[in-house]
Amino acid sequence: MDNEDIEIKVLLEAVRLKYGYDFTQYASASVSRRVKKALSESGLEKISEMIPRIIYDRKFFNSFVRNLSINVTEMFRDPLFYCELRERVIPYLQTFPHIKIWSAGVSSGEEVYSLAILLKEEGLYDRSMVYATDFNDIVLESAEKGIYPADNIQKSTKNYQKAGGRESFGKYYHADYGSAIFDRSLKKNIVFANHNLVTDSGFGEMNLILCRNVMIYFNLELQNHVFQLFDSSLCNNGFLCLGSKETIDLSVIADAYMPVSKKHRIYQKKIHRQGGTLKNAE
Amino acid sequence: MRNDFQAIVMGVSAGGFNALHTMLPLFPRDFPLPIIIVQHRISENNTFLEESLNRVCQLTVKESNEKETINPGIIYIAPGGYHLLVEKDLTFSLSVDEPVCYSRPSIDVLFETASLAFGPRLIGVILTGANDDGSEGIKKIKSKGGLTIAQDPESAEVEIMPRSAIETKTVDFILPLEEIPSFILTVLEDS
Repeated sequence: MDNEDIEIKVLLEAVRLKYGYDFTQYASASVSRRVKKALSESGLEKISEMIPRIIYDRKFFNSFVRNLSINVTEMFRDPLFYCELRERVIPYLQTFPHIKIWSAGVSSGEEVYSLAILLKEEGLYDRSMVYATDFNDIVLESAEKGIYPADNIQKSTKNYQKAGGRESFGKYYHADYGSAIFDRSLKKNIVFANHNLVTDSGFGEMNLILCRNVMIYFNLELQNHVFQLFDSSLCNNGFLCLGSKETIDLSVIADAYMPVSKKHRIYQKKIHRQGGTLKNAE
Repeated sequence: MRNDFQAIVMGVSAGGFNALHTMLPLFPRDFPLPIIIVQHRISENNTFLEESLNRVCQLTVKESNEKETINPGIIYIAPGGYHLLVEKDLTFSLSVDEPVCYSRPSIDVLFETASLAFGPRLIGVILTGANDDGSEGIKKIKSKGGLTIAQDPESAEVEIMPRSAIETKTVDFILPLEEIPSFILTVLEDS
């Protein structure tokens, strides 16, 4: 093991012991890139020099953990995914009087607002409860605000149209000093809550779980842990949506799910299960 | 020259479609290393490039999947919209971290992580392109003792990217596009 690897390992262990955030099962290459980015912002020379700062300086830690947890996304990322969601999942959900949806790892929040817009346009919003979770309170706070740089709006509008949007995108935000502030009514049925996929257990039976481009940051064991968490949080026939390069196929729950859209990584939980064991599923 | 190389990484941007179709078919069927490529492209979810290359290459060309083990004799291409990273256990991972040099996938990200994973046993190649992505990566490969190659800017459809790499003064060889495969084969055969 080279010195840098040792330093990163000790640093992540310090973060885990001090704050309970566990990055030790993250895919190492991107963690190591992010740790080095935090290092270059800190002005310190060695990764290990960040350890005392992390332990004793909460402010420093906050910016460090932000570096480790922000996933860069956009409104209606992968527009065709949202088309599939509209066409293949929404009609099924429309048969329920109440719908519970979990958007896990919301990061800066673009995905959950995209989802809220889609639910509104499909007439489902008022009977939906959307749980938007992230392990990082600072990130959650900013997601809850729903304010994004106006520079991104052109791309968002394009994505929205490609995603089968039925309205004018401008209806959902107002521009203010270089920012786009998303409409408050989109937040009415969204609960922003702290939840850590690595360490916390599930909550309630969901009809739909979205967790896109989060698990690519995890190693295989942690991915399996989270897949099991999702499996236990989904009702029968519930839907699980992953990022366009993520797959359930290699996971321990693969047999219990069938693809609704293979290309856009939408999976549905099968009903037939005996004694809760996964291998009995057809 | 040493011949213990384990992998080749390539970065290419504007002009890449033609360059890859010219160069990659020249690698023989029994080529012993994996070739891992970042071609800048829009983030649409399609496999047109892979399919088109597969029709003309002797080696198998495929999009790299996350957690996939890197195998010799395969040409891997980074998916659009994601950074492609090499893990030390020689598997791929993907990320949606912010773009580097306005690019995702970024050549620098692939080159930097590959240089950490393969150390001196890595060959880095910069081809045609219109920005300076890859220059930092080439420096990293060189600093770990790897071998670095840039396409001769004269032979490049767009010369900015290879020229920027060359300006780092960490490029070992500057070669015309068509000569890169035979040069690498000679390096590997040398004992």
